[in-house]
Amino acid sequence: MCTLEKRGNLFILTFTGEDQHRFNPNLIGSLLSLLSQVKAEATRGSALITQAQGKFFSNGFDLDWAQAAGSEQGAAERLHHMVALFKPVTAALLSLPMPTVAAITGHAAAAGFVLALSHDYLIMRKDRGVLYMSEVDIALTIPDYFNALFREKIGDASVRRDLLLRGLKMKGDEAEKRGVVEAAYGGESEVREASVRLAENLGKRKWNGEVYAEIRKGLYPQLSAILGLTHKAYTIARL
Amino acid sequence: MCSLEKRGNLFILILTGQNSEHRLNPDLFSSIISALSRAKAESTRGSALVTVSHGKFFCNGFDLDWINAAGSDEETQQRFNLLLDYLKQLVLAFISLPMPTIAAVNGHAAAGGVVLALCHDYVLMRRHRSVLYMIDLDLGIKIPEPFMALFRAKISGSARRDLLLRGLKIKGEEALKMGIVEAVYDSEEEVTNSGIEMADDLAKRIWHGEVYVEIRKGLYSELCDILGIASKAIATPKL
Repeated sequence: MCTLEKRGNLFILTFTGEDQHRFNPNLIGSLLSLLSQVKAEATRGSALITQAQGKFFSNGFDLDWAQAAGSEQGAAERLHHMVALFKPVTAALLSLPMPTVAAITGHAAAAGFVLALSHDYLIMRKDRGVLYMSEVDIALTIPDYFNALFREKIGDASVRRDLLLRGLKMKGDEAEKRGVVEAAYGGESEVREASVRLAENLGKRKWNGEVYAEIRKGLYPQLSAILGLTHKAYTIARL
Repeated sequence: MCSLEKRGNLFILILTGQNSEHRLNPDLFSSIISALSRAKAESTRGSALVTVSHGKFFCNGFDLDWINAAGSDEETQQRFNLLLDYLKQLVLAFISLPMPTIAAVNGHAAAGGVVLALCHDYVLMRRHRSVLYMIDLDLGIKIPEPFMALFRAKISGSARRDLLLRGLKIKGEEALKMGIVEAVYDSEEEVTNSGIEMADDLAKRIWHGEVYVEIRKGLYSELCDILGIASKAIATPKL
């Protein structure tokens, strides 16, 4: 499942257990509700870290649950359902009034990679774990908001092509070199420590959360539009 | 003109003629488009296409002789517009090809020839004896929107500006650094063989052609919007 803890100014969202942390309606529901809680309790200086236990950050949607529908049509419907349910998670992260860090200590695939990429900063392991958009390999097309996320977060066209059209399993070193993640570290504890350090440093800036969220939305206008997020202008500056 | 060879799972599109600049006129366009139709019709999972050329040129752009052989200014303009239409059709044909595509650019490519190369998912190039040159600016010719969208889709940052707005003749190493090509090779033989090797590697992934096309369209969504092609969702995963 997933849990939320507060450590000083840091909100820490954890996918617990040694499983693949696949997103099914239950987990998505929990995630949404915890993100609402984070938003409600946000203050200046808040920051969010999302992390996971075990070998996976998240391996994407729960395809077993989809297939349990019993027919190809049923599976496709369940999959569409999860794609639709997950959109508000991306929207919540994109409008969260605080800096966000994904501490990727395991594999992040498909919707799991999308969750990570929905954060402002990605920290990853060098020695284990890959970022992988598995869709091309399992014959699934990519939802519009996934595409928009990649388009606006990853500037390099060949990186986007390698991730989406080539099904590249990208390790930490390459992800760091090609600008997909902020930094890659040698082991699990280094990643967790670096994520906490980064989140704390960002929190120390005591940014106005609402303004932070608006600037973030402005950085990703197409994605914001697809997610139905509106954009407010601010004219009051703290000088 | 051009010929299409089948080698196992690979389609090899050859721009033939050692002494030819492979300039694009209605005949060559029709020939290429028809070859692509054949490849599409005969495609299976695990297909891939490599485009190679004979001689010093990959493709030196539109056939200006043919355009200028027109009887009047009006007809000259019409001929030019016709070739633009054909080029659009070419881009469309490549986008809808249900398999990975590689251009093995072993000679010079200019204007429409650069567009031809960039129509492919991956571009390999010769280190020397090969330049990419968007001659349009130097000739005082505007680049129409669909092709601008192609450049925006495939090339990022200052590389795009340098290619289009700077009249540069871009050699292999530079093209590699700019992220326009995947890799560069020393001889014509090497670039052709590497193209075939890469196609083989991609073919081994046995991607589902229809899904591959839709993912490609999603990746290049702005281009597809401008060309008026929609993408569809496929949600029955093959596990």
